[in-house]
Amino acid sequence: MKPFAYERARDVDHALSLAAANPGARFLAGGTNLLDLMKLEIEQPSQVIDVGRLPLAEISETPSGGLRIGALATNTAVASDPRVRSRYPILARAILAGGSVQLRNKASVGGNLMQRTRCPYFMDSAKPCNKRLPGSGCSAMEGLAMTFALFGASEMCVAVSPSDMSVALAALDGLAETVRADGSVSRRPVETLHRLPGEAPQVDTDLAPDELILAVELPPPPEGGQAWRKVRARASYTGAIASVAVAGGQVALGAVAARPWRARAAEEALASGASPFEAAASELAHAAGEEGRKALVRRLAADVIREAREGMGS
Amino acid sequence: MLTTIRVNGVDRAADVDPRMSLLDFLRERLDLKGTKKGCDHGQCGACTVLVNGVRINACLSLAVMHEGDQVLTVEGLAGEEALHPVQHAFLVEDAFQCGYCTPGQICSAVGLLAEVAAGQPSEATVDLEGPVVLTDAEIRERMSGNICRCSAYPQILAAVRRAAGVAA
Repeated sequence: MKPFAYERARDVDHALSLAAANPGARFLAGGTNLLDLMKLEIEQPSQVIDVGRLPLAEISETPSGGLRIGALATNTAVASDPRVRSRYPILARAILAGGSVQLRNKASVGGNLMQRTRCPYFMDSAKPCNKRLPGSGCSAMEGLAMTFALFGASEMCVAVSPSDMSVALAALDGLAETVRADGSVSRRPVETLHRLPGEAPQVDTDLAPDELILAVELPPPPEGGQAWRKVRARASYTGAIASVAVAGGQVALGAVAARPWRARAAEEALASGASPFEAAASELAHAAGEEGRKALVRRLAADVIREAREGMGS
Repeated sequence: MLTTIRVNGVDRAADVDPRMSLLDFLRERLDLKGTKKGCDHGQCGACTVLVNGVRINACLSLAVMHEGDQVLTVEGLAGEEALHPVQHAFLVEDAFQCGYCTPGQICSAVGLLAEVAAGQPSEATVDLEGPVVLTDAEIRERMSGNICRCSAYPQILAAVRRAAGVAA
């Protein structure tokens, strides 16, 4: 790990002013992704701003009947919250499908959103990777892995978002609320918080260096059933080959793009009376990549849409 | 950075480099070698300790993040006269071979029992709104963050079941 200066933020303003003064700084919450990447020297911040003790862990009702989840609520706290379990079961299920209990006990909601890809070539600093070292090339294009983007990839990068949680948040129309050092507050859909790689895959999001996630806001759950499923190479504790979250007529796919992928074509097809399989097929018609993986995602999406309709739960 | 952490009930202060993990702080500064370093990347669970009663990977945390926290390691589990019930269950069920992962397994199981008592669900929980029933599937899922290279999983499962007071 490269040397860095450590500062514990006294309050949000202190954290933001430190970040504004040093674009090479990183916010540290649970640390489960950032410290891992710092050990690998993939992340080399000159300064680490520890926001872990800021009072941003509350989960509260919103006036509109939704839920506001503080950015420092742990993954475990969110998945265990009775309101999340009863009204947003796909969010609890998606979180519980990620990592191990030890990781979820430490990992925060904001950190989960900001975690970087686990593309094996990004994680291996001996290999070229445009996301890690811009202009060095992409090893993944010709490489071996089950998890390249089916949607929104570029010639520069085919890496996918590893977050399970964000797939459920995208299906539920979650918004990420952020604040900058100048006091400006923004609300961005979780669905589009992450950029598609384009020509600059090294930039994961549009967040400014001095921008901190304060909370995720969920509107009231949509009418209809919810369902979640994650497909992976072993029974527990590994990343998704693909995942699907469905809330009423809203469908999001995971591990298929650099962001949680709202399946708008599938949603439109469902709204005009298509069957779950027809809807999934209409989404996958726009996908790039290997046929076997597309077929897997198509069947998975169709099955989870069907389950949401029949089960009214998850 | 001068850092004070309450470890197994005793305040321990040391001047640490910000890069030092909580795991290295325990092992190298305090000479508490019970907590093991396996992968050092949060993948194996050998470094599991309880911080303020909650199990985490000590390798993926900086010592400086834990100023004032209460850390419980495997060395702090046993009482004056008797082993912790989870330690006892691991002995009775012979839940290890080489033993390297065992401190992490035991600390993880101690955390698991508290989580179940608090009603926290897992991926194996069938009814998210119902009470948690500690089935074998639940125990396996909740212990999946601890890898055992000797593959003593059936015995570890039995030990956790025994410690939880669940009939086989």
